[in-house]
Amino acid sequence: MQRSNTYIIIFSIALTIILGGALSLTSVGLKPLQDKQVELDTKKKILGAVMDISNIEDPNEILRIYSERVRSLVVDIEGNELTTDPKGNPYVAENVNIQKNSKLDPKDRAYPVFMFIENGEVEAYIFPTFGAGLWDWISSYVAFGKDLNTIKGIAFDHKGETPGLGARITEPGVQGRFVGKKIFDQNNNLVSVSVVKGEGKTGLSDYEVDGLSGATMTTKGVNVMLLHYLECYSAYIEKVKSQNS
Amino acid sequence: MSTDVAEAPLEVKEPAEALLSKRRKRIVADPLNEDNPITVQVLGICSALAVTVQIKPTIIMSLAVVFVIVFSNLIVSLIRNSIPGRIRIIVQLAIIATLVTLVSEVLKAYSYDMYKILGAYVGLIITNCIVMGRLEAFAMANKPYDSVLDGLGSGFGYAWIILAVAFFRELFGSGSILNVKIYEPIGNMLGVTLQTNGLMVDSIGAFMILGIIIWIQRTKNGYVEH
Repeated sequence: MQRSNTYIIIFSIALTIILGGALSLTSVGLKPLQDKQVELDTKKKILGAVMDISNIEDPNEILRIYSERVRSLVVDIEGNELTTDPKGNPYVAENVNIQKNSKLDPKDRAYPVFMFIENGEVEAYIFPTFGAGLWDWISSYVAFGKDLNTIKGIAFDHKGETPGLGARITEPGVQGRFVGKKIFDQNNNLVSVSVVKGEGKTGLSDYEVDGLSGATMTTKGVNVMLLHYLECYSAYIEKVKSQNS
Repeated sequence: MSTDVAEAPLEVKEPAEALLSKRRKRIVADPLNEDNPITVQVLGICSALAVTVQIKPTIIMSLAVVFVIVFSNLIVSLIRNSIPGRIRIIVQLAIIATLVTLVSEVLKAYSYDMYKILGAYVGLIITNCIVMGRLEAFAMANKPYDSVLDGLGSGFGYAWIILAVAFFRELFGSGSILNVKIYEPIGNMLGVTLQTNGLMVDSIGAFMILGIIIWIQRTKNGYVEH
């Protein structure tokens, strides 16, 4: 049946208002829950670099551990603490968007630092990193012991690496291969760690990590990402080291 | 006696169709097997390949698709007589898109991990040909209750196929079912290492399994393309 143009226009407007209204209501209604989920996700990743949280089901428990054990700050490339962002708002390390930051010039980025506290002392320093895998972005939270040299743990995340190949970087077994590796050589030069090509290698040095078969391009991305971000953090690392000694 | 006589003509005039009459059962059952959206109509293949690496995301995806098909069928059927014919496709798309966005928002709020895995694909339900196909072919011309049944049939017809694909892909590709390791204990028992098949985690694996399912089904049903 043919309808008049007026009817069609009124119908479209009514439809748009009803559907748009339903969507905005849901979006506003669910926003607090979604924000909490994002916050929880970030905190899970940070904690995941230093401790096993896979058995903790209760989200509130994770948030409690986080607020009890983790202190954070934001530094610039010189290693100086930043208190306010360019707009003058106070910095919150957890809210710094690593992905957006990675697109800036390294000199202009904000670098969050998370400290894992045990008995009032810093037990581990955790740095977020961000880079490119084979298909899309990859990121990690890498935790160092008190010496800021030995890797205590690492938690990777990725958007589109191939399941079963590159996506294996998120498996505990693969992340465990980084533990105990070092990023500074004997002469105190930053060498970072690199994942080697091929899997099942033995006799790897302190700076090499066993590779992932079939995921060489992803691991190359991991190597580039870690080296780049550790260089960016090196001023801060030196600063803390000289303060500690 | 007199009341019986008075009521009788009413029933003869309009015999109410049973809630699950033979015709209605067919509406639900046809898309499950003989007129399956994936294997017979060959619709919705893209998502069948993309989300079926593991079973758990596939379950969520199936539920999302069933929800979207059933409710978009219902809504379109309810307002089918007032939808102007010239803009009906846009109206259908707007309704589907709204429902899909709702699913995506709820997923983000309640199951963030799944949202991260499925995010892009849930959005792509909008372009899933099955949903629009049902609206255009069925809901625009049928009553709400029948349309809901049709949505359920098509939705579950889609769901069981992608779940079957996901089952084999996770089993052969990752050596597990619902993240429970299957290969490891069997391998330990036999004292060998069972290799997982890397092809299965690629989309190619889905094509192969889908092909085999279609083959078996068409052999059984005797369906031939004309």
